[in-house]
Amino acid sequence: MQQIIGNITVLEAAPILNLGLLIDGLLIGAIFALAAYGLALVWGVMNVKNLAQGDFIMTGGYITWFLGNHGLHPLLGLPVACVVLWCIGWLLYRVVVSKVITRDLFTSLLATFGIAIVIQQGLNLAFGPDTQSAQADLPTWELAGGMITIPATRAIGFVFAALLAVAVIVFMKRSRMGQAIRATAQDARAARVLGIDTEKVYSFTFCLNAAICGAAGALVAVVWNVQPFMGTTYSIRLFVVVTAAGFGNLPGVIAAGFGMGVFEQFGGFILGAQYQQALIVMLLLIVLAVRQLQNLHLRQAVQ
Amino acid sequence: MTSNVRITAVLAALGLSCSAGGAQAADCGTINLGAALSATGIYASNGNNTKKGYEFAVKKINDAGGVKIGDKCYDFKITYYDDESTPARAAQLVERLIGQDDIKFVLGPYSSPMTKAILPVTEKYKTPVVQAEAASRSLFTQGYKYHFGIVATSEKYLTPVIDMAAEQAKKAGKDPSSVKVAMIFQDDSFSLDVRQGVADLMKKYNMHAIIDDRMPKDLNDLTAFFTKVKAVKPDVLLISGHEKGAATAARQMGEHHTDVPLIGVTHCESAKVAQDFPKIAEGFVCPTQWDETMKASDPLFGTAMDYNNQIKAVHPEYKAVPYQTAQASVAIYVWKDAFERAGSLDQEKVRQALIKTDMPTFYGHVKFAEDGSNPGKTIVMRQIQDGKFVVVAPPAVAAGPVVYPRAVNY
Repeated sequence: MQQIIGNITVLEAAPILNLGLLIDGLLIGAIFALAAYGLALVWGVMNVKNLAQGDFIMTGGYITWFLGNHGLHPLLGLPVACVVLWCIGWLLYRVVVSKVITRDLFTSLLATFGIAIVIQQGLNLAFGPDTQSAQADLPTWELAGGMITIPATRAIGFVFAALLAVAVIVFMKRSRMGQAIRATAQDARAARVLGIDTEKVYSFTFCLNAAICGAAGALVAVVWNVQPFMGTTYSIRLFVVVTAAGFGNLPGVIAAGFGMGVFEQFGGFILGAQYQQALIVMLLLIVLAVRQLQNLHLRQAVQ
Repeated sequence: MTSNVRITAVLAALGLSCSAGGAQAADCGTINLGAALSATGIYASNGNNTKKGYEFAVKKINDAGGVKIGDKCYDFKITYYDDESTPARAAQLVERLIGQDDIKFVLGPYSSPMTKAILPVTEKYKTPVVQAEAASRSLFTQGYKYHFGIVATSEKYLTPVIDMAAEQAKKAGKDPSSVKVAMIFQDDSFSLDVRQGVADLMKKYNMHAIIDDRMPKDLNDLTAFFTKVKAVKPDVLLISGHEKGAATAARQMGEHHTDVPLIGVTHCESAKVAQDFPKIAEGFVCPTQWDETMKASDPLFGTAMDYNNQIKAVHPEYKAVPYQTAQASVAIYVWKDAFERAGSLDQEKVRQALIKTDMPTFYGHVKFAEDGSNPGKTIVMRQIQDGKFVVVAPPAVAAGPVVYPRAVNY
């Protein structure tokens, strides 16, 4: 308790730190937002809750790290990770996901959970259980006399995430495929009647999500580190983001991603690193409880 | 009838050849030791290092005439099983070693969790265990009577850093109680043991922890912690969170330009911080169980450097010899010493001899306390200086002074 009060006094005494935490949170949140967007896409369009999302991210990270060891700069590894993950996504869709998409919720949950385990063990076999990180060798910028530091890697990560997010949003709004995806999400049967090949739409959506995860993974490997079994943590965070925003609400998902990044930083600073992730789960509980109450209200109104 | 005769003849011939073969090697008897070791799974690499240490010592002792009990000599032989880095499997395999393979003396597996799993089994069968690969303090507080551990226990891992800070404060004409400590430990039993040791020593100096955070196992973002470190400017920074903790901390320290004069980190070697983050890791003080420049020696292996050279000749793949290998060899040496003093292969007599063990080794002195630990074993502190690990503490084995404040240039 004393430490918590001490930490709050530190924030009061040096207000510039608030800005530092905010910037850190936004830079980190961008990566969450990116991967959460992909999760929301698959969830919304295909009604598949992809439990392997975090493991796709780890795979992207390992590809970047592996290429980095062979002389390719991690930021150039990012597009390669996207392409490889797109192919992995396509393969997984053909072999597993397409078979379970019409089944009930549990079948698809179990299937993606199975994929997650296979990916984890595969990465463990291929690269070993050690923690790895891709070295970008970029500088850190100092502001306000060194009180705020902005690592170039995170800033670049932020820009990449923003560009990708904008590209995906524009694609969804403008392109023929984007329109088909949205139509399928709204009513798959009607879309089929109107001549949209929903099978193709599903396959494309799943691949797109995998590629987005590849990009996010590359950024994770540069900004933090990767380990075969760390994917689950990311999956949980992303589920929190998507659930908090409501999965139909794509701009909301992006905002929630940023919000969670900032929330984690302040929580970690004030309460200690041990509560950084506990806070996120608590936030999820609160969101679910509030949603439940809202729905209750709605149902009564309908009656 | 004829076929029966033929079979008997063949059997007899086989029997003859067997006994002839046996007679040739019967100069010495055999002492069978057994070990469940990780050949697969997450502990495989250190399980393998341990095995190399065991095998090296066994060959060394057997070549030097084996174990002498009375006027007879015995060669060591080890039966191994792969515990797949799973505690339950390790316990099962030790049960099998004792029950089916008739092993009377057991060697430790690799890591504290594995050791924790096998000790209830060896206690049940009253089978002595000598282990050199498990450092958790909790292994020695269960009242086990047949367990002997050679390594320095985990609560000692970072205490020398606190001593260093106190010394530096005195040098600067300040009281040690003025030293401000920031620390973060993973919330598992090993890291919290490390923390407990540090906290107890800080109490003695009346030092103050201005940050005392825990990191959950799957946390890989310490941004908030390092922002706090920047704000409160501690004199000492302590970090213990296995490989992931060390690697994450090193990377993020670089990003935050963390500028603390004295930094203690565990698992520097396995996290490869000196290779991956050479600029940032400069000046980290890291604990290790053994270093080849240590001043310690024994009649069998010679000095620490002798051991280092001998094992490198057998295993040229080692650029630097892991301490896991060195301490595994010491475990075999401790068995040899105990058998010779017991003058018997009786489990209880050997156990009594183990209790009275008091011997110098190239790894440090071995003398067991009542709880089975080796309290005289100190942790060796190495500082990363110019990218190399240099022993800086304890003073008796140090190769040079600690660089304070650490010379870091972001």
